[in-house]
Amino acid sequence: MFDTSLFAPMGTLLLGALTGLVFGFLLMRGNVARNETIVGQFLLRDHTVLKVMLTAIVVGGVGIHLMSGLGWIALSVKGAHVIGQLVGGVIFGAGMAILGYCPGTAFVALGAGSRGAIPGILGMLFGTAVYAETDVWMQETVLKPLALGKVTLDSVTGLSPWLFLAALAAGGGALFVALERHARRGATA
Amino acid sequence: MKAVLNRHPWSPYAVGAGIGVLSWITFLVMHKALGASTTMVRAVGLVEGSISESHVRETPYLAKYMVGHPAIDWQFALVVFLVVGGFLAARLAGTPKESYVPPTWARSFGPSRKVRTVGAFLGGALLLYGARLAGGCTSGHAISGGLQLAVSSWTFLAAMFLTGIVTAKLLYRKEA
Repeated sequence: MFDTSLFAPMGTLLLGALTGLVFGFLLMRGNVARNETIVGQFLLRDHTVLKVMLTAIVVGGVGIHLMSGLGWIALSVKGAHVIGQLVGGVIFGAGMAILGYCPGTAFVALGAGSRGAIPGILGMLFGTAVYAETDVWMQETVLKPLALGKVTLDSVTGLSPWLFLAALAAGGGALFVALERHARRGATA
Repeated sequence: MKAVLNRHPWSPYAVGAGIGVLSWITFLVMHKALGASTTMVRAVGLVEGSISESHVRETPYLAKYMVGHPAIDWQFALVVFLVVGGFLAARLAGTPKESYVPPTWARSFGPSRKVRTVGAFLGGALLLYGARLAGGCTSGHAISGGLQLAVSSWTFLAAMFLTGIVTAKLLYRKEA
Protein backbone atom coordinates (compact mmCIF):
# COMPACT_ATOMS: atom_id res chain seq x y z
CA MET A 1 0.00 0.00 0.00
CA PHE A 2 2.83 2.42 0.88
CA ASP A 3 5.57 1.68 -1.65
CA THR A 4 6.82 -1.38 0.22
CA SER A 5 5.63 -4.74 1.48
CA LEU A 6 3.20 -4.83 4.37
CA PHE A 7 5.39 -7.23 6.38
CA ALA A 8 9.01 -6.99 7.52
CA PRO A 9 11.13 -10.09 6.74
CA MET A 10 9.98 -13.25 8.56
CA GLY A 11 13.17 -13.45 10.67
CA THR A 12 12.64 -9.91 11.95
CA LEU A 13 9.03 -10.67 12.82
CA LEU A 14 9.99 -13.88 14.63
CA LEU A 15 12.55 -12.05 16.76
CA GLY A 16 9.98 -9.34 17.56
CA ALA A 17 7.41 -11.99 18.46
CA LEU A 18 9.87 -13.82 20.73
CA THR A 19 10.79 -10.53 22.45
CA GLY A 20 7.12 -9.67 22.96
CA LEU A 21 6.38 -13.13 24.33
CA VAL A 22 9.15 -12.90 26.95
CA PHE A 23 8.44 -9.22 27.74
CA GLY A 24 4.71 -9.89 28.15
CA PHE A 25 5.35 -12.95 30.31
CA LEU A 26 7.70 -10.95 32.56
CA LEU A 27 5.31 -7.98 32.88
CA MET A 28 2.49 -10.35 33.84
CA ARG A 29 4.61 -12.25 36.40
CA GLY A 30 5.77 -8.93 37.80
CA ASN A 31 2.13 -8.03 38.52
CA VAL A 32 2.57 -4.77 36.63
CA ALA A 33 -0.05 -5.56 33.97
CA ARG A 34 -2.71 -4.98 36.64
CA ASN A 35 -4.77 -1.84 37.10
CA GLU A 36 -4.57 -2.11 40.89
CA THR A 37 -0.76 -2.32 40.86
CA ILE A 38 -0.30 0.73 38.65
CA VAL A 39 -2.91 2.85 40.44
CA GLY A 40 -1.46 1.57 43.74
CA GLN A 41 1.94 2.87 42.70
CA PHE A 42 0.59 6.36 42.01
CA LEU A 43 -1.28 6.27 45.33
CA LEU A 44 2.11 5.36 46.88
CA ARG A 45 0.78 2.24 48.61
CA ASP A 46 2.38 -0.39 46.31
CA HIS A 47 5.85 0.20 44.91
CA THR A 48 6.00 -2.75 42.51
CA VAL A 49 6.16 -0.55 39.39
CA LEU A 50 9.10 1.43 40.76
CA LYS A 51 10.93 -1.76 41.78
CA VAL A 52 10.52 -3.38 38.35
CA MET A 53 11.35 -0.22 36.44
CA LEU A 54 14.41 0.86 38.39
CA THR A 55 15.87 -2.67 38.47
CA ALA A 56 15.37 -2.93 34.69
CA ILE A 57 17.06 0.44 34.17
CA VAL A 58 20.08 -0.41 36.35
CA VAL A 59 20.58 -4.00 35.11
CA GLY A 60 19.88 -2.99 31.51
CA GLY A 61 22.04 0.13 31.81
CA VAL A 62 25.09 -1.76 33.11
CA GLY A 63 24.99 -4.24 30.21
CA ILE A 64 24.23 -1.64 27.56
CA HIS A 65 27.04 0.69 28.64
CA LEU A 66 29.48 -2.22 28.92
CA MET A 67 28.62 -3.43 25.41
CA SER A 68 28.65 0.10 24.03
CA GLY A 69 32.08 0.70 25.61
CA LEU A 70 33.36 -2.44 23.91
CA GLY A 71 31.97 -1.21 20.61
CA TRP A 72 29.54 -4.16 20.35
CA ILE A 73 26.37 -2.07 20.11
CA ALA A 74 25.31 1.44 19.11
CA LEU A 75 23.09 3.36 21.53
CA SER A 76 19.73 4.55 20.20
CA VAL A 77 18.86 7.66 22.19
CA LYS A 78 15.68 9.61 21.49
CA GLY A 79 16.18 13.32 20.81
CA ALA A 80 15.43 15.65 23.69
CA HIS A 81 12.56 18.06 23.01
CA VAL A 82 12.34 19.15 26.61
CA ILE A 83 8.93 20.86 26.41
CA GLY A 84 7.47 17.95 24.40
CA GLN A 85 8.70 15.41 26.93
CA LEU A 86 7.46 17.49 29.86
CA VAL A 87 4.00 18.15 28.44
CA GLY A 88 3.78 14.64 26.93
CA GLY A 89 4.86 13.11 30.24
CA VAL A 90 2.20 15.12 32.11
CA ILE A 91 -0.58 13.98 29.70
CA PHE A 92 0.73 10.40 29.76
CA GLY A 93 0.91 10.29 33.56
CA ALA A 94 -2.69 11.53 33.86
CA GLY A 95 -3.85 8.91 31.33
CA MET A 96 -1.96 6.13 33.12
CA ALA A 97 -3.54 7.02 36.48
CA ILE A 98 -7.02 6.94 34.88
CA LEU A 99 -6.62 3.78 32.79
CA GLY A 100 -4.36 1.92 35.20
CA TYR A 101 -2.22 0.51 32.40
CA CYS A 102 0.53 1.86 30.19
CA PRO A 103 0.46 1.03 26.46
CA GLY A 104 2.47 -2.21 26.70
CA THR A 105 0.80 -3.52 29.85
CA ALA A 106 -2.68 -2.87 28.39
CA PHE A 107 -1.89 -5.51 25.73
CA VAL A 108 -0.51 -7.91 28.35
CA ALA A 109 -3.66 -7.44 30.46
CA LEU A 110 -5.81 -8.10 27.38
CA GLY A 111 -3.97 -11.40 26.90
CA ALA A 112 -4.56 -12.25 30.55
CA GLY A 113 -8.30 -11.90 29.91
CA SER A 114 -8.88 -8.49 31.49
CA ARG A 115 -11.55 -7.02 29.22
CA GLY A 116 -11.24 -3.62 30.86
CA ALA A 117 -8.15 -3.13 28.70
CA ILE A 118 -10.25 -3.09 25.50
CA PRO A 119 -11.75 0.43 25.79
CA GLY A 120 -8.29 1.56 26.89
CA ILE A 121 -6.68 0.19 23.72
CA LEU A 122 -9.40 1.74 21.54
CA GLY A 123 -8.74 5.05 23.32
CA MET A 124 -5.00 4.61 22.65
CA LEU A 125 -5.67 4.28 18.90
CA PHE A 126 -7.95 7.34 19.04
CA GLY A 127 -5.31 9.39 20.90
CA THR A 128 -2.71 8.41 18.30
CA ALA A 129 -5.01 9.42 15.43
CA VAL A 130 -5.67 12.79 17.08
CA TYR A 131 -1.95 13.33 17.67
CA ALA A 132 -1.19 12.61 14.00
CA GLU A 133 -3.51 15.45 12.97
CA THR A 134 -1.98 17.93 15.43
CA ASP A 135 1.70 17.03 14.97
CA VAL A 136 2.47 19.83 12.50
CA TRP A 137 1.26 22.43 14.98
CA MET A 138 3.05 20.71 17.89
CA GLN A 139 6.31 20.61 15.92
CA GLU A 140 6.28 24.38 15.58
CA THR A 141 5.08 25.36 19.04
CA VAL A 142 6.26 22.66 21.43
CA LEU A 143 8.91 20.46 19.81
CA LYS A 144 11.21 22.98 18.10
CA PRO A 145 12.01 25.25 21.08
CA LEU A 146 14.46 23.65 23.53
CA ALA A 147 15.36 20.80 21.15
CA LEU A 148 18.72 19.62 22.50
CA GLY A 149 19.35 16.65 20.20
CA LYS A 150 20.21 13.09 21.25
CA VAL A 151 21.82 14.03 24.54
CA THR A 152 22.34 11.85 27.61
CA LEU A 153 22.86 12.75 31.27
CA ASP A 154 26.55 11.81 30.92
CA SER A 155 27.12 13.72 27.65
CA VAL A 156 25.45 16.86 29.02
CA THR A 157 27.37 16.88 32.31
CA GLY A 158 30.65 15.45 31.02
CA LEU A 159 30.51 12.86 33.82
CA SER A 160 30.90 9.10 33.43
CA PRO A 161 27.70 7.12 32.75
CA TRP A 162 28.89 4.68 35.44
CA LEU A 163 28.56 7.43 38.02
CA PHE A 164 24.85 7.82 37.16
CA LEU A 165 24.27 4.06 37.14
CA ALA A 166 26.05 3.69 40.49
CA ALA A 167 23.95 6.54 41.94
CA LEU A 168 20.75 4.93 40.64
CA ALA A 169 21.75 1.55 42.06
CA ALA A 170 22.72 3.02 45.44
CA GLY A 171 19.69 5.34 45.65
CA GLY A 172 17.29 2.66 44.46
CA GLY A 173 18.85 0.06 46.75
CA ALA A 174 18.54 2.30 49.80
CA LEU A 175 14.95 3.21 48.91
CA PHE A 176 13.94 -0.42 48.41
CA VAL A 177 15.59 -1.60 51.65
CA ALA A 178 13.66 1.13 53.49
CA LEU A 179 10.40 0.20 51.70
CA GLU A 180 10.79 -3.53 52.42
CA ARG A 181 11.54 -2.79 56.10
CA HIS A 182 8.51 -0.52 56.29
CA ALA A 183 6.32 -3.19 54.64
CA ARG A 184 7.54 -5.88 57.08
CA ARG A 185 6.81 -3.63 60.06
CA GLY A 186 3.34 -2.97 58.63
CA ALA A 187 2.74 -6.70 58.18
CA THR A 188 3.72 -7.60 61.76
CA ALA A 189 1.99 -4.62 63.41
CA MET B 1 12.03 -24.81 35.79
CA LYS B 2 8.38 -25.58 35.08
CA ALA B 3 7.45 -24.91 38.69
CA VAL B 4 9.12 -21.50 38.51
CA LEU B 5 7.39 -20.60 35.24
CA ASN B 6 4.00 -21.55 36.69
CA ARG B 7 4.41 -19.65 39.94
CA HIS B 8 2.81 -16.22 40.30
CA PRO B 9 3.94 -13.57 41.06
CA TRP B 10 7.71 -13.33 40.76
CA SER B 11 9.83 -10.95 42.77
CA PRO B 12 9.65 -7.49 41.14
CA TYR B 13 13.45 -7.33 41.30
CA ALA B 14 13.76 -10.60 39.35
CA VAL B 15 11.27 -9.34 36.76
CA GLY B 16 13.12 -6.02 36.47
CA ALA B 17 16.45 -7.83 36.04
CA GLY B 18 14.84 -10.07 33.42
CA ILE B 19 13.63 -7.03 31.46
CA GLY B 20 17.13 -5.52 31.76
CA VAL B 21 18.72 -8.69 30.34
CA LEU B 22 16.07 -8.83 27.61
CA SER B 23 17.11 -5.30 26.59
CA TRP B 24 20.78 -6.47 26.30
CA ILE B 25 19.63 -9.14 23.87
CA THR B 26 17.44 -6.83 21.77
CA PHE B 27 20.31 -4.31 21.50
CA LEU B 28 23.01 -6.87 20.74
CA VAL B 29 21.18 -9.40 18.57
CA MET B 30 18.36 -7.39 17.02
CA HIS B 31 19.79 -3.83 17.07
CA LYS B 32 16.49 -2.70 18.58
CA ALA B 33 15.26 -1.13 21.80
CA LEU B 34 12.12 -2.30 23.61
CA GLY B 35 9.14 -0.10 22.74
CA ALA B 36 5.40 -0.28 22.17
CA SER B 37 3.71 3.00 21.30
CA THR B 38 5.16 3.50 17.78
CA THR B 39 3.13 0.44 16.80
CA MET B 40 -0.04 2.39 17.59
CA VAL B 41 0.94 4.87 14.84
CA ARG B 42 1.36 2.02 12.35
CA ALA B 43 -1.96 0.45 13.44
CA VAL B 44 -3.74 3.80 12.95
CA GLY B 45 -1.95 4.22 9.61
CA LEU B 46 -3.22 0.82 8.48
CA VAL B 47 -6.80 1.56 9.54
CA GLU B 48 -6.88 5.07 8.05
CA GLY B 49 -4.97 3.89 4.97
CA SER B 50 -7.60 1.25 4.25
CA ILE B 51 -10.18 4.06 4.12
CA SER B 52 -8.08 6.72 2.41
CA GLU B 53 -4.52 6.05 1.32
CA SER B 54 -4.07 9.67 0.22
CA HIS B 55 -4.94 10.95 3.70
CA VAL B 56 -2.09 8.91 5.21
CA ARG B 57 0.32 10.07 2.51
CA GLU B 58 -0.67 13.71 3.05
CA THR B 59 -0.49 13.64 6.86
CA PRO B 60 3.25 14.11 7.54
CA TYR B 61 3.25 12.28 10.87
CA LEU B 62 1.56 9.18 9.44
CA ALA B 63 3.56 9.29 6.21
CA LYS B 64 6.80 9.37 8.21
CA TYR B 65 5.98 5.97 9.76
CA MET B 66 4.04 4.37 6.91
CA VAL B 67 5.57 5.26 3.55
CA GLY B 68 8.49 3.04 2.58
CA HIS B 69 8.44 1.12 5.88
CA PRO B 70 6.66 -2.21 6.41
CA ALA B 71 3.70 -1.52 8.72
CA ILE B 72 3.94 -4.94 10.35
CA ASP B 73 7.52 -4.74 11.62
CA TRP B 74 9.64 -5.95 14.56
CA GLN B 75 7.83 -3.83 17.15
CA PHE B 76 4.38 -4.63 15.72
CA ALA B 77 5.14 -8.34 16.21
CA LEU B 78 6.39 -7.55 19.72
CA VAL B 79 3.12 -5.83 20.67
CA VAL B 80 0.98 -8.65 19.25
CA PHE B 81 3.00 -11.16 21.25
CA LEU B 82 2.68 -9.11 24.44
CA VAL B 83 -0.90 -10.39 24.32
CA VAL B 84 0.33 -13.97 23.92
CA GLY B 85 2.87 -13.57 26.74
CA GLY B 86 0.16 -12.22 29.05
CA PHE B 87 -2.17 -15.07 28.07
CA LEU B 88 0.45 -17.76 28.70
CA ALA B 89 1.58 -16.33 32.03
CA ALA B 90 -2.01 -16.01 33.27
CA ARG B 91 -2.95 -19.49 31.99
CA LEU B 92 0.05 -21.31 33.50
CA ALA B 93 -0.49 -19.79 36.94
CA GLY B 94 -4.28 -19.58 36.85
CA THR B 95 -4.10 -15.86 37.64
CA PRO B 96 -7.61 -14.45 38.18
CA LYS B 97 -8.84 -11.86 35.64
CA GLU B 98 -9.17 -8.29 36.79
CA SER B 99 -12.74 -7.09 37.06
CA TYR B 100 -13.97 -4.77 34.29
CA VAL B 101 -14.52 -2.00 36.83
CA PRO B 102 -11.41 -2.02 39.07
CA PRO B 103 -12.16 -1.85 42.83
CA THR B 104 -10.22 1.38 43.40
CA TRP B 105 -12.07 3.03 40.50
CA ALA B 106 -15.44 1.74 41.77
CA ARG B 107 -14.89 3.21 45.26
CA SER B 108 -14.65 6.71 43.74
CA PHE B 109 -16.76 6.51 40.57
CA GLY B 110 -19.26 3.74 41.36
CA PRO B 111 -19.75 0.29 39.82
CA SER B 112 -21.12 1.48 36.44
CA ARG B 113 -19.51 -0.32 33.48
CA LYS B 114 -20.50 2.55 31.18
CA VAL B 115 -18.74 5.17 33.26
CA ARG B 116 -15.63 2.98 33.45
CA THR B 117 -15.68 2.36 29.68
CA VAL B 118 -15.71 6.11 29.03
CA GLY B 119 -12.99 6.66 31.64
CA ALA B 120 -10.76 3.90 30.24
CA PHE B 121 -11.19 5.21 26.68
CA LEU B 122 -10.29 8.72 27.81
CA GLY B 123 -7.31 7.43 29.80
CA GLY B 124 -6.07 5.48 26.78
CA ALA B 125 -6.45 8.51 24.51
CA LEU B 126 -4.43 10.69 26.91
CA LEU B 127 -1.76 7.97 27.20
CA LEU B 128 -1.04 7.82 23.51
CA TYR B 129 -1.47 11.52 22.83
CA GLY B 130 1.17 12.12 25.50
CA ALA B 131 3.39 9.28 24.32
CA ARG B 132 3.44 10.49 20.72
CA LEU B 133 4.11 14.08 21.81
CA ALA B 134 6.97 12.90 24.03
CA GLY B 135 8.27 10.40 21.45
CA GLY B 136 7.83 7.23 23.51
CA CYS B 137 6.06 5.49 26.38
CA THR B 138 6.95 3.47 29.47
CA SER B 139 8.85 0.95 27.32
CA GLY B 140 10.58 3.15 24.75
CA HIS B 141 11.24 6.11 27.03
CA ALA B 142 11.19 4.98 30.66
CA ILE B 143 12.98 1.64 30.27
CA SER B 144 14.95 1.77 26.99
CA GLY B 145 15.73 5.49 27.24
CA GLY B 146 16.13 5.43 31.03
CA LEU B 147 18.83 2.77 30.86
CA GLN B 148 20.69 4.75 28.19
CA LEU B 149 20.50 7.78 30.52
CA ALA B 150 18.77 9.84 27.81
CA VAL B 151 17.82 13.37 28.89
CA SER B 152 14.58 13.04 26.87
CA SER B 153 13.57 9.88 28.73
CA TRP B 154 14.41 11.06 32.25
CA THR B 155 12.43 14.27 31.59
CA PHE B 156 9.47 12.15 30.48
CA LEU B 157 9.86 9.73 33.39
CA ALA B 158 9.86 12.50 36.01
CA ALA B 159 6.86 14.31 34.47
CA MET B 160 4.93 11.05 34.11
CA PHE B 161 5.51 9.84 37.67
CA LEU B 162 4.74 13.17 39.35
CA THR B 163 1.57 13.75 37.31
CA GLY B 164 0.47 10.15 37.85
CA ILE B 165 0.72 10.66 41.62
CA VAL B 166 -1.14 14.00 41.56
CA THR B 167 -3.87 12.63 39.24
CA ALA B 168 -4.37 9.48 41.31
CA LYS B 169 -4.55 11.43 44.59
CA LEU B 170 -7.17 13.76 43.03
CA LEU B 171 -9.21 11.03 41.31
CA TYR B 172 -9.22 8.39 44.02
CA ARG B 173 -9.84 10.64 47.02
CA LYS B 174 -11.78 7.95 48.84
CA GLU B 175 -8.58 5.89 49.19
CA ALA B 176 -6.69 6.07 52.46
